Amino acid sequence: MNPSQDEKERIGVYVCHCGSNIAGVVDVEDVAVWAGDKLADEGVVVSRDYKFMCSSLGQEMIEQDIAEQGLTRVVVAACSPHLHEKTFRGACARAGLNPYLSELVSIREQVSWVHTDKQKATAKAKAMIAGGVERVIEQEALEPLKVPIHPATLVVGGGIAGIQAALEIAESGSLVYLVEREPSIGGHMAQFDKTFPTLDCAACILTPKMVDAGSHPNIELYTWSEVERVDGSVGNFTVTIKKKPRYVNEELCTGCGICVEKCTRNVIDGEFEAGLGYRKAIYTPFPQAVPKYPVLDTENCTYFEKGKCKACQLLCPTGAIDFEQTEQYITVTVGNIILATGFDLFDARRVPQYGYGRLKNVFTSLEFERLSNAAGPTNGEIVLRDGVTKPESVGIIHCVGSRDRNYNNYCSVICCMQSLKFAHLVKERTGATVYNFYIDMRTAYKDYDEFYQHVMEEGTIFVRGRVAEVTDAARRSGEEDKLIIQVEDTLAGRQRRIPVDMVVLSAGLEPRRDAKQVAHTFGISCSANGWFIEKHPKLDPIATMTEGVYIAGCVQGPKDIPSSVAQGAAAAARVISRINKGEIELEPIRATVDAHKCSGCRICNDLCPFNAIVWHEDEMVTEINHALCQGCGTCVAACPAGAISGTGFSNEQVMSQIEGLLMFEQPVDLLAMAV
Amino acid sequence: MSEQFEPVIIGFTCNWCSYRAADMAGTARIKYPPNVRLVRLMCSGRLDPTFVLKALSNGADGVLITGCHPGECHYLEQNYKALRRYHLLRRTLIGFGIEPERVKLVWASAAEGVQLAKQIAGFVDEIRALGPLAWSMPSKQQLVAEPSVMEEVPA
Ligand SMILES: Cc1cc2nc3c(=O)[nH]c(=O)nc-3n(C[C@H](O)[C@H](O)[C@H](O)COP(=O)(O)OP(=O)(O)OC[C@H]3O[C@@H](n4cnc5c(N)ncnc54)[C@H](O)[C@@H]3O)c2cc1C
Ligand code: SF4
Ligand code: SF4
Ligand code: FES
Repeated sequence: MNPSQDEKERIGVYVCHCGSNIAGVVDVEDVAVWAGDKLADEGVVVSRDYKFMCSSLGQEMIEQDIAEQGLTRVVVAACSPHLHEKTFRGACARAGLNPYLSELVSIREQVSWVHTDKQKATAKAKAMIAGGVERVIEQEALEPLKVPIHPATLVVGGGIAGIQAALEIAESGSLVYLVEREPSIGGHMAQFDKTFPTLDCAACILTPKMVDAGSHPNIELYTWSEVERVDGSVGNFTVTIKKKPRYVNEELCTGCGICVEKCTRNVIDGEFEAGLGYRKAIYTPFPQAVPKYPVLDTENCTYFEKGKCKACQLLCPTGAIDFEQTEQYITVTVGNIILATGFDLFDARRVPQYGYGRLKNVFTSLEFERLSNAAGPTNGEIVLRDGVTKPESVGIIHCVGSRDRNYNNYCSVICCMQSLKFAHLVKERTGATVYNFYIDMRTAYKDYDEFYQHVMEEGTIFVRGRVAEVTDAARRSGEEDKLIIQVEDTLAGRQRRIPVDMVVLSAGLEPRRDAKQVAHTFGISCSANGWFIEKHPKLDPIATMTEGVYIAGCVQGPKDIPSSVAQGAAAAARVISRINKGEIELEPIRATVDAHKCSGCRICNDLCPFNAIVWHEDEMVTEINHALCQGCGTCVAACPAGAISGTGFSNEQVMSQIEGLLMFEQPVDLLAMAV
Repeated sequence: MSEQFEPVIIGFTCNWCSYRAADMAGTARIKYPPNVRLVRLMCSGRLDPTFVLKALSNGADGVLITGCHPGECHYLEQNYKALRRYHLLRRTLIGFGIEPERVKLVWASAAEGVQLAKQIAGFVDEIRALGPLAWSMPSKQQLVAEPSVMEEVPA
């Protein structure tokens, strides 16, 4: 409240109906009349209500009033600023008013959508508008901060989504650092044999892309590497990459594979072969790996264990084996970051009644992918754990760990299609009887349902119902030496026991186990489930709340390959447009120290997580570096001298808003009380 | 039916998590009592304790402070600073003869619209039970001193 002000601001208040979204609960006409009357002393000279303030007519109304009524401040009571703040700021700017001299009061998300009592909702809307009016009086004219965009980009995760994103950007002519933590790029897709619904061979479509990414002059590939640290912000991130030791000198290695061949240690391959095959202690995860350089696994290497062996070093024709190699840290500067770190498979052991890990011939979906893969441990022979016996009957269980309150509530999207793919492969390669146990069949998207119909025609038997148990305890004849699937067939309306030789569990997709940590490193958030949160679920699925950090592929939620590729390309397009523009406009929310007021107490000095606060020993004052400050306001709140002001959220603005919100309540004289 | 006391509560939200939780509650049409009026800050770290005193002295019966969950602050760790100030603030309130329960700190992620609405409803009930804020009244029996040991606050 500032009645003594000589020249009062001329404020316009606009109350939006949002169709019936607001008007259905809040008496918007009454609110507008009230504001024009009760807030006139505060400077409100125009107060209107209108059906849709965000429409062009609504915006023109504001523009016209600014021009004709000489408004110096604008308050719009409508939806959340996260939706339309830009819209109304734009209207002000077009009419020549500094856009930061406006305020959007959220009476839809915070009033009409969450309250039912019309009278109370209307009263709350009034209080909120009073708060907005008081605050807007204290608003200052600001200019957006312009930040140049560094043309290089960091892509984290070299699965199909990350590869696609990296290639698109590299093709546009800009530099990409592609960081992958495994020895090779490729991600999950590299493990598959066929891909639904077209059944084209995964390697045939993926390998060329991997090779392109590995050899592109604009892509610097860091495999067996992880991002250790990220500093800075959009336009100018400083990224520290940790390159783990391969014990192979990449400059010298030709990828001939002699070391792998000569290594005497066989190790169960728990990663790429999902535990079904072997690799050596020095290995490339698969023949088409990019890059081709092997990695030495110190945990299983005889030399690291016993201090002697070095067979690989002895036999390497180029002398590339280097047992002295250590971690390397590389620092790069990038303008934008794309996170494409994918998913982890749900651990089927968590559903003990399905017997995985206990019953020999229960397999996970990834194991089945390796089993059916022509380049896999059985050369594509679908056989039981003994490695020879062909199954005569196979049960494929959908939704393992998905759509289940005990594990994950969500649908993993790809499991129905992947289970159908498995049914087809079993039929084609073994002729076995195949049962698919499903809760609902989900085959949305192009050509998916056709694939389902095709698998049905092939003779796969579909049983609708959630499997209760997989057991090897035979109860009747025909069940001996079999796995018995106990299920309530909800279509037939009865319990069934179906004996099979092999069970495949279509385990769901889960966020990476370290998703929270990765999110923290890059300053973005995870949903309750652990998937990275997009800026808008419908309109901006590849951006995050953090400027300059984008997401693509399964990090954002379960999805198939086409959608992962589409997101990779979309994130790349966004980055390319940013690079082309060369700079980005940011909210000018920054903290500033008034050197005359700073007492030099240094209380603020250690508060800033971005190291934006610098201490000048010679002058005994503190200063804030605007390039580093992100505008959180912590130092502003901490300064006992009131020397730090925060634009956009100044003490005056917040205090006035509080006053406005409580304008019609009973105030108390705090100072009088304190004595 | 006798008129029940309707407290007025000021809520501070941070731009990145709890304000978005409030948005989310709105989009999902989750209902909560209309007693809370929200103020948006960029981060809970921006919360100057005098904002809270200002709200209470201007007629609010309670103040809700909200921010991102520990470890999820958009500015890395500023909500830990808010947590420290919150503890300090509660002690200051006791000095003023005000029930420290009138101020509450709640974490809500951008996805937790339902949880935020629940917390708001719960807090409104708590303040309603305390009754209107009476500055002139001598300290009541509720005013048991805060324990002198503060919760362990990770850096
Ligand atoms: C058994 C099974 C069968 C499937 N079959 C099909 C099919 O036939 N057709 C289809 O369309 N879809 C299929 N899918 C889905 C498909 O796997 C995904 O859509 C696709 O792999 C998603 O790609 P992505 O790049 O997002 O993730 P990923 O493939 O998981 O790749 C992520 C990459 O990021 C790396 N990474 C992770 N964390 C980090 C880190 N912190 N730092 C650096 N790098 C990191 C990983 O090592 C990996 O290389 C199947 C899924 C499963 C489980
Ligand atoms: S807290 Fe305020 S007075 Fe103290 S050093 Fe920082 S800016 Fe100066
Ligand atoms: S507002 Fe202060 S504490 Fe926050 S980022 Fe800026 S300088 Fe650092
Ligand atoms: S941004 Fe939410 S508490 Fe800091």
